[in-house]
Amino acid sequence: MTGAALRFNGIGKEFPGVKALAQISFEARPHSVHALMGENGAGKSTLLKILGGAYLPSSGTVHIGEQTMDFKSAADSIASGVAVIHQELHLVPEMTVAENLFLGHLPSRFGVVNGGLLRKQALACLKGLADEIDPQEKLGRLSLGQRQLVEIAKALSRGAHVIAFDEPTSSLSAREIDRLMAIITRLRDEGKVVLYVSHRMEEVFRICDAVTVFKDGRYVRTFDDMATLTHDQLVTCMVGRDIQDIYDYRPREQGDVALKVDGLLGPGLREPVSFQVHKGEILGLFGLVGAGRTELLRLLSGLERTTAGHLELCGQTLQLRSPRDAIAGGVLLCPEDRKKEGIIPLASVAENINISARGAHAAFGWLLRDGWEKGNADTQIKALKVKTPNAEQKIMYLSGGNQQKAILGRWLSMPMKVLLLDEPTRGIDIGAKSEIYQIIHNLAASGIAVIVVSSDLMEVMGISDRILVMSEGALTGELTRDQADEARLLQLALPRTRA
Amino acid sequence: MSQVKTAKGFWPGFNQRKFLDDWVMLLAALGIFVLSALFIDNFLSPLNMRGLGLAISTVGIAACTMLFCLASGHFDLSVGSVIACAGVVAGIVIRDTDSVVLGVSAALAMGLVVGLINGIVIAKLRINALIATLATMQIVRGLAYIFSNGKAVGVMDERFFVFGNGQLMGVPVPIIITVLCFVFFGWLLNYTTYGRNTMAIGGNQEAALLAGVNVDRTKIIIFAVHGLIGALAGVILASRMTSGQPMIGQGFELTVISACVLGGVSLSGGIGMIRHVIAGVLILAIIENAMNLKNIDTFYQYVIRGSILLLAVIIDRMKQR
Repeated sequence: MTGAALRFNGIGKEFPGVKALAQISFEARPHSVHALMGENGAGKSTLLKILGGAYLPSSGTVHIGEQTMDFKSAADSIASGVAVIHQELHLVPEMTVAENLFLGHLPSRFGVVNGGLLRKQALACLKGLADEIDPQEKLGRLSLGQRQLVEIAKALSRGAHVIAFDEPTSSLSAREIDRLMAIITRLRDEGKVVLYVSHRMEEVFRICDAVTVFKDGRYVRTFDDMATLTHDQLVTCMVGRDIQDIYDYRPREQGDVALKVDGLLGPGLREPVSFQVHKGEILGLFGLVGAGRTELLRLLSGLERTTAGHLELCGQTLQLRSPRDAIAGGVLLCPEDRKKEGIIPLASVAENINISARGAHAAFGWLLRDGWEKGNADTQIKALKVKTPNAEQKIMYLSGGNQQKAILGRWLSMPMKVLLLDEPTRGIDIGAKSEIYQIIHNLAASGIAVIVVSSDLMEVMGISDRILVMSEGALTGELTRDQADEARLLQLALPRTRA
Repeated sequence: MSQVKTAKGFWPGFNQRKFLDDWVMLLAALGIFVLSALFIDNFLSPLNMRGLGLAISTVGIAACTMLFCLASGHFDLSVGSVIACAGVVAGIVIRDTDSVVLGVSAALAMGLVVGLINGIVIAKLRINALIATLATMQIVRGLAYIFSNGKAVGVMDERFFVFGNGQLMGVPVPIIITVLCFVFFGWLLNYTTYGRNTMAIGGNQEAALLAGVNVDRTKIIIFAVHGLIGALAGVILASRMTSGQPMIGQGFELTVISACVLGGVSLSGGIGMIRHVIAGVLILAIIENAMNLKNIDTFYQYVIRGSILLLAVIIDRMKQR
């Protein structure tokens, strides 16, 4: 079926309480690389999961050529020649490259694996893609870029003619990216349909032949002529309005030093980190994935133990042995992975808001006061405009933005001095995003020091008073709001070894 | 907006799904009770009701605290051994000191210590609860045999029999204690920071830690209390039988866990209410009682009990889809 186009027809997907996709229709042609772009949470990954058979669409159909596809499982999708290369690769690190390539259909006789044949087939598979990889090597020993090549080789060995990449370059080095681009170009020339999900403009302009833009789970438009498309056109189309409006930046008064970090070292940091953040200041912390930003916040929130350095909170030494110490001091963290570290999914919105502050309001520290519990939850829900049918709704049914607001509500119920936000708007739709920016601004205006970690350049530049840049576990630069521009930030964020 | 869609399917003031989740098993227990009363002779006789109440009591008491273990995402296999060892310890101390107070205190202290050890090993040393309590289960069972020389320890002191055979206004003491446990632990789970923290840990331990919950301490308390209450159940059982028996309660931990799960408590943590426990304990006990009255062979009873449990968890699984 090589040479057949991939067509989505009216695809919709609903989760309990969330409409992830609605009425998505477009076509990706063979011999072309088709980019899918859109803000976080626009629905690109959901669409790829439907294509890969991981989700069943609530409505609509997928067509390849003239045929209507009915993917009930990942196996169906693979059998139809579709391969989705996810951000998290579906490989087994403990097994060899060859075993990974043929997992599920290892060459065998009477159940005994034919090692020689396996090796030969694996070599043939990798040929031209990654000749340097030894099929006998444990997969876990390969670099991320090499693992991705193994995944691509696996897809090709199964006869894939529709190949979708989900943010393939997010954790690759510059050289690995170049190599991937070359391979993708080759796939295109061989007549495959390539879908390419990425946030990175420069990559999209470099290799893509068409771009389809999504916003809030809806199809916006498809650009066919890359030559006439401008960067700004694309951004405006993705965001749907002028960017400045969303961030709503207003200069604020800044006070004394709130948190002083001196020579901090710990897991994930390569060099001692020193900086300070003032009361009422929003400090952006920019860096690529793996730069050590999350690790730094984990140290500041007491989740990991520091190995060296000194912390001072409002002039007083701060000793952190556990998150409880940080919380007691008023250093509060909204973690990056909301589902894993932020919310308690099965518990109600009220529970999730009240969990931290309730001890201070309970009689003898442990008898809950019903009045406070209800009152506080309702106050926060109202103040932060958390959209929920009622406070007793399980938080897992709320959208990402509302979950994030509930976690902010948890911390707003507490005495707060420093707020640490790790990717606060990841996976959140644009409306909720701008509400969260407003909350952040109001907090800062009330004298709280805010540290925002983000890999979204626009966001960092849009909300921060000052920006610190990290790369490879060390601070590499500091820019004021006026000095910061995309090129400077990226230059500081890129690992030195890359150049 | 998409969020508003969640309101669909809720009638104002009535949430069908939540109602089912909360009450369906208790209603099922009631249904089984009514059916048994209608179709089985002597089921409602005072003698049988008493027997049923007593059958509920030991499992019911231990299930109250097992609920906390399960709700926090763990479980405790050592409770059957603790029950046996508590009876033995109580018997020996009463025999040697002639003091019921000392005997009961020693038994409870033993349970508390075992629970503390479980809790510390699981919380601080991060050992899987299955392995940790499997180990203490064997250790404590062994200790029960060692203390008693492998023989039942008879108790003569009549004051000790109050726990198992006493009555208050015609109601056997074990039943009163069980009901008090249901009320107390139900309250503890819903209306204290300890109870809510337990649920939070089971729901998402990492998030609970980051929210400032003292995860380790809460876990240790959960297991310590479970040990203590297990020992209380053991004392009551020994009192009913007028002796501490080292071999009693084998497989009891599994009965307790199945009662909880049957009632709707999640094995993976984060879901659990005292009414789940009450429902599960009632259903198991009524069915066993009914089977006994119908003279169904013990061998078949095992098959039926297992099938009911399997059915319950399959239904629970399907509800989650």
